Amino acid sequence: MSDTVKDTVKSTGGRPAGSGAAPGPEGPSERPGATAVLRNTTLQQPRLPRWAPAALVAGSLGAGILIGVLGDLDSRIQWGLIAAVIYLTATFAVTTVVEGRRQAVDRFAASLVWTSFVVAILPLASLLWETIARGIPGVSWYFLTHSMNGVLSWQEGGGIYHALLGTVQQVLLASVIAIPIGLLTAVYLVEYGRGRLAKAITFFVDVMTGIPSIVAGLFVLSMWIMMLGFGYSGFAGALALSILMMPIVVRSTEEMLKLVPGELREASLALGVPKWRTILKVVLPTAIGGITTGVMLALARIAGETAPIILLVFGSNMINANPFEGAQSSLPLFVYEQWAFGTEAAYDRAWAAALVLIAFIMILNLVARGIARWKAPKTGR
Amino acid sequence: MPAIQTDSSPPGGLEPAPRRSSAVRPGDRIFSGLSKGAGITLLVIMAAIAVFLSIRAAVAISANEGNFLTTFEWDANANPPYFGIAVLLFGTVVSSVIAMVLAVPVAVGIALFISHYAPRRVAGTLGYVVDLLAAVPSIIYGLWGALFLVPQMTGLYSWLDQFFGWTGIFAYDNTPARSLMTVGILLAIMILPIITSVTREIFKQTPKAHEEAALALGATRWEVIRMTVLPFGRSGVISASMLGLGRALGETMAVATVLSPAFLINISLLESGGGTFAQNIASQFKEAGSMGRDALIASGLVLFLLTLLVNGAARLIIARRKEFTS
Repeated sequence: MSDTVKDTVKSTGGRPAGSGAAPGPEGPSERPGATAVLRNTTLQQPRLPRWAPAALVAGSLGAGILIGVLGDLDSRIQWGLIAAVIYLTATFAVTTVVEGRRQAVDRFAASLVWTSFVVAILPLASLLWETIARGIPGVSWYFLTHSMNGVLSWQEGGGIYHALLGTVQQVLLASVIAIPIGLLTAVYLVEYGRGRLAKAITFFVDVMTGIPSIVAGLFVLSMWIMMLGFGYSGFAGALALSILMMPIVVRSTEEMLKLVPGELREASLALGVPKWRTILKVVLPTAIGGITTGVMLALARIAGETAPIILLVFGSNMINANPFEGAQSSLPLFVYEQWAFGTEAAYDRAWAAALVLIAFIMILNLVARGIARWKAPKTGR
Repeated sequence: MPAIQTDSSPPGGLEPAPRRSSAVRPGDRIFSGLSKGAGITLLVIMAAIAVFLSIRAAVAISANEGNFLTTFEWDANANPPYFGIAVLLFGTVVSSVIAMVLAVPVAVGIALFISHYAPRRVAGTLGYVVDLLAAVPSIIYGLWGALFLVPQMTGLYSWLDQFFGWTGIFAYDNTPARSLMTVGILLAIMILPIITSVTREIFKQTPKAHEEAALALGATRWEVIRMTVLPFGRSGVISASMLGLGRALGETMAVATVLSPAFLINISLLESGGGTFAQNIASQFKEAGSMGRDALIASGLVLFLLTLLVNGAARLIIARRKEFTS
């Protein structure tokens, strides 16, 4: 068969439609229906059967595993890499032979895209799987309701109540600072801001999203603790978190306010309602769903920050319900501390706390997106 | 969107008859003042970050006995203090560049997959999953990297050493793989979601007419992408990569957990050693005295400027592109 196929490829020169001069081989196309009439003509290029990509994937996976086992390669990553390389070259070679060069490049690109997708998904899936599998045994009611007070690093037991409390307090304090400033800034940018000040603010909000969290921590450290002389506290951490939260709130609120149709504002203004009341009573309520989503996504983002917490909250094994005085803990910091102890019991606690943290953040995310879908601004068509 | 005129004078050059309608209402004045104030607060915070970090950094640098840029040691608590950022700069740049090199092609691949290859119904869900993954906290990436990824890498590294060990860059001594390369790989995984989501948005904006024109000329799917999508999205991909680079430069926890730090520049990327700005701050902070802290803040200032530069450039590219396309 391959002889006739090669013949066709040569004679059509890889152009999409044959010139009719080529001998008419049976195209391996299996598509029924309208194309059946054309099957015996030369209008169609020879194509790989539809099961070919699947067969190539299976074949190269098998080859990868075989080489891995025979070559005694101990890392699964190597097996996967070998399989991927075999898959890519095999796809290119087979398609070149059967379908011609252009199709080969096309298939090669497609398989490259698919491979890159798999390559990216695998570590992320592994991350979630490891966290869940290693975390679940450690999570219990006791774990959620007790602190680490008096528990040594190598001992079993202990819990994350103090860290959970710290995280919730710090995140709430940060949002109390960041949300008003963020909302008002977004209102300024959309409703009032014209000219250079607005441009500068837009640019710096964008740049501010990229500030590393540890730099925000260092800033609060140098101002709040080293210059003004306050001690480590949950509030100091909240200050740094609020710096990280503001630009996210501004950005998302701005997007939402821009979606509010101008007719709504004009209608309200035409009725003689002052602009500030128009904004408060018409514009903001219309966009409230999207704004809530943005705020919750920002909360989810800062709830996982560790670096500023290390610098500013310092960490503690005891329950400290007062965020304004004394060291506290927080979930991400707890994970880091337990990891640093390096004992098996501590690793178990770290995984369990990581699972709680991920669940906390995913729930915030899902709720936020649920609100976004439920309260999507009705912009009309 | 039409600009909204509120309480300006009536159109047509008529002199405002009732005077009070042209006067700004007190409520409006307060509200616009408040919102303007909030915007200015943001600018003040940015300025304050630069100022406060610079003040502390100046204290540390003036007391420093070594050269801040070229000294290979970090003895900030000694008297007199002796420290320099050469090792940190090297580690930060190298690990971030590794992350970029690995992440950008894969991210472009995923973005293309979501925008052009995946079945329509799957594509929406995938975009959503990618966004969710961007929300996973860095400490969890760090924990996973240290306890799962590091043991997995040893096999791969000895393999690399076998074939490319002669270059020196890939020499490997079979110690635990807590090296800049592992850090780079982990950072690549971490910045994938952000690069992907920005790139995907740009790819989606490719004018449909261009794609259809290419298809009508008989182009294959890849040719469509190469001729329309990629040229259209090039600046977007560049700025997305720079945003990712900014993230990688400032990443703290993932590096602090995975890297086994040492104050030396190791030519081999696979062997442990080196450090990054953020990692050094996080791991030295608890032992630092007051001079030690100032020194850490000085290194933080360098990091701040570095990310400012990278992010600012990325945003400028995006802004220029916006002007160009709209």
